[in-house]
Amino acid sequence: MASGSEPVLEVRDLVKHFPLTQGILYKKQIGAIKAVDGVSFDLRKGETLGIVGESGCGKSTLAKVLMALEQPTSGSVRIGGRDISKARGGELKRMRRNIQMVMQDPYTSLNPRMTVGDIIGEPFEIHTDVAPKGDRRKKVQELLEVVGLNPDHINRYPHQFSGGQRQRIGIARGLALQPEVIVCDEPVSALDVSIQAQVINLLGRLQDEFGLAYIFIAHDLSVVRHISDRVGVMYLGKFVELGKDAEIYDRPAHPYTQALLSAVPVPDPEGREQRERIILQGDPPSPANPPSGCRFRTRCWKAQEICAKEEPLLQIRPGTAHMSACHFAETHDVVHAG
Amino acid sequence: MSNPTPLDGPGLEEGKTMVADAPAAPAPGREGRRRHAKKEAKPASLWTDAWHDLRRRPMFIISVIIILILLVMAVWPSLFTSIDPFDARTCDLSAARQGPGPGHLFGRDNLGCDLYARTIYGARNSIVIGVLTTVLTAIIGGLFGIFAGYRGGAIDTLASRITEVFFAIPSVLGALLIASTLRGKYNSILLVILALSVLGWPMVYRIMRAAVITAKSQDFVVAAKALGAGSGRIMFRHLLPNSLASVIVVATINLGTYIAAEAALSFLGVGVQSPDISWGLMIADARDRFITAPLPLVFPALFLSITVLAFIMMGDAVRDALDPKLR
Ligand SMILES: Nc1ncnc2c1ncn2[C@@H]1O[C@H](COP(=O)(O)OP(=O)(O)O)[C@@H](O)[C@H]1O
Ligand code: SF4
Ligand SMILES: [Mg+2]
Repeated sequence: MASGSEPVLEVRDLVKHFPLTQGILYKKQIGAIKAVDGVSFDLRKGETLGIVGESGCGKSTLAKVLMALEQPTSGSVRIGGRDISKARGGELKRMRRNIQMVMQDPYTSLNPRMTVGDIIGEPFEIHTDVAPKGDRRKKVQELLEVVGLNPDHINRYPHQFSGGQRQRIGIARGLALQPEVIVCDEPVSALDVSIQAQVINLLGRLQDEFGLAYIFIAHDLSVVRHISDRVGVMYLGKFVELGKDAEIYDRPAHPYTQALLSAVPVPDPEGREQRERIILQGDPPSPANPPSGCRFRTRCWKAQEICAKEEPLLQIRPGTAHMSACHFAETHDVVHAG
Repeated sequence: MSNPTPLDGPGLEEGKTMVADAPAAPAPGREGRRRHAKKEAKPASLWTDAWHDLRRRPMFIISVIIILILLVMAVWPSLFTSIDPFDARTCDLSAARQGPGPGHLFGRDNLGCDLYARTIYGARNSIVIGVLTTVLTAIIGGLFGIFAGYRGGAIDTLASRITEVFFAIPSVLGALLIASTLRGKYNSILLVILALSVLGWPMVYRIMRAAVITAKSQDFVVAAKALGAGSGRIMFRHLLPNSLASVIVVATINLGTYIAAEAALSFLGVGVQSPDISWGLMIADARDRFITAPLPLVFPALFLSITVLAFIMMGDAVRDALDPKLR
């Protein structure tokens, strides 16, 4: 899986603040929503990085900045060594071939006025040198086949398909330009549970077939688990823990990760009996005004004075094998706890 | 499957087989087929759905029939009457204001010309002015609306302020002003179209802008940007088709009001000029003797009302059919 060693995507100190303004004529900035506030990671060829966190923690904003759909406030997003956030015009367009996305809602992410053939064929019309005009229809039909749809349905409209089938259409569109990286922003959250596994399996198969690297975003650790090589846990715009999936699941070091894991349903009924449940108090604070020091301290049961004063950095802590951002990090097996 | 273009024979053939075998052949991704199992039989889109709905609306059918008759009347008026109202020899001043009789279905007007032939020939200017004004306002208002709605910022602010100024001017009054200032310098029909277009485009602009602003935040637009689509492609391939429905509805309704406005301008003497024929002009000519000879006023007024009503009714029906919430 995580075979290649050179990273296809290098993200450094990425920050995205949305200014909060007041006034109609003179727009005065009175603050900022710190949606993404210092995120760094590497993604290697063929690897999947799962990103989890509660709704509102900045996952979609991170995805949009990676896709150069939003301009970062600071930091860099390097794809093949070049910073996509600084690229413009033709260079940006060329770089987009290497990073594509699958969106959350299969009902709004496909243009209702276009046929499936036009939707999946649009990448070829934008990047005309990828496939000669005469080959495009055949390419679209191949893509339909690859994602498990009937190639004869090329002239149908999106609303003639089910949610799961539509998500396959969205995946086919993302595959068309043969990118190295696909950003999947909660690709199965809008689907029935019975269909989620099918779509995740499809993504897994495509990864093996085409050597894709995924950023796989979810708000639930259980979804990410099946597909991820590494997992990053996000809280209020920052990664609080980042490591191999087995490390995160079996030896979580950050209290927030432990709380998230304690809420994950386990298939083994005996396991459930023994498991401890950590119920988080309250809602996450506003990203416009995050707590000082450790952002999780307002909901943390281990918080001490230092947590309000000093921000814990994301680093490998004593006794743990992966990075976490907690002054009192200690591994604790919540899932198998006895 | 070879390589059929959507419009030629094989394309249609393919469409047919697809629909026919749809219920039998399970699609590879077979989850949740039940959701669309019933719908699958008919090849639906917003427009085909709307068409199914419209075919069952008597108001729509009646208005379309009226409009078709009017269109034929505008293009080939000689199909309806053998008298050429532009030929002075068909008029007989001594028979002025004669009532209906053989050969003169509606009777004669103040100058002894055949009222029926003049009313039929009057349809052309109404339709031409209505249609051309609608097209012109749709192009101007539509383009400004797309750009302002998509780009926002300074263009939007500027265009919106300009339309507010236009909105503050009552349409007929404004057109009266424009038409009377430029009167005589241009062809009178062209002048009416220009005057009405100048005042009519802000309405289309507003509708288009609002529709584009709604459409542009949708995920499929974000997806197109992620693919590297340029502004032109996003505006004309994605935003325009998804905003067109409401503009078409407003344009159809407006067409009726432009025809009414043309009649008003002609009635006031700044619209279509004699010897051209227009219902508004006919009404103006007949008003002085309305008490003694009402028919020369009643017939063009009747045709005018029915025409205006037909377009407004059709626009109304299309609006209802295109609004899925009303179905
Ligand atoms: N365009 C925007 N303008 C202002 N605030 C935004 C914008 N997009 C997102 N936000 C804010 O940024 C925060 C993170 O949002 P988002 O990235 O969508 O979170 P997630 O995808 O994790 O649910 C939220 O507080 C949201 O309100
Ligand atoms: S740094 Fe302090 S507040 Fe933050 S998670 Fe660790 S113990 Fe809790
Ligand atoms: Mg989100």
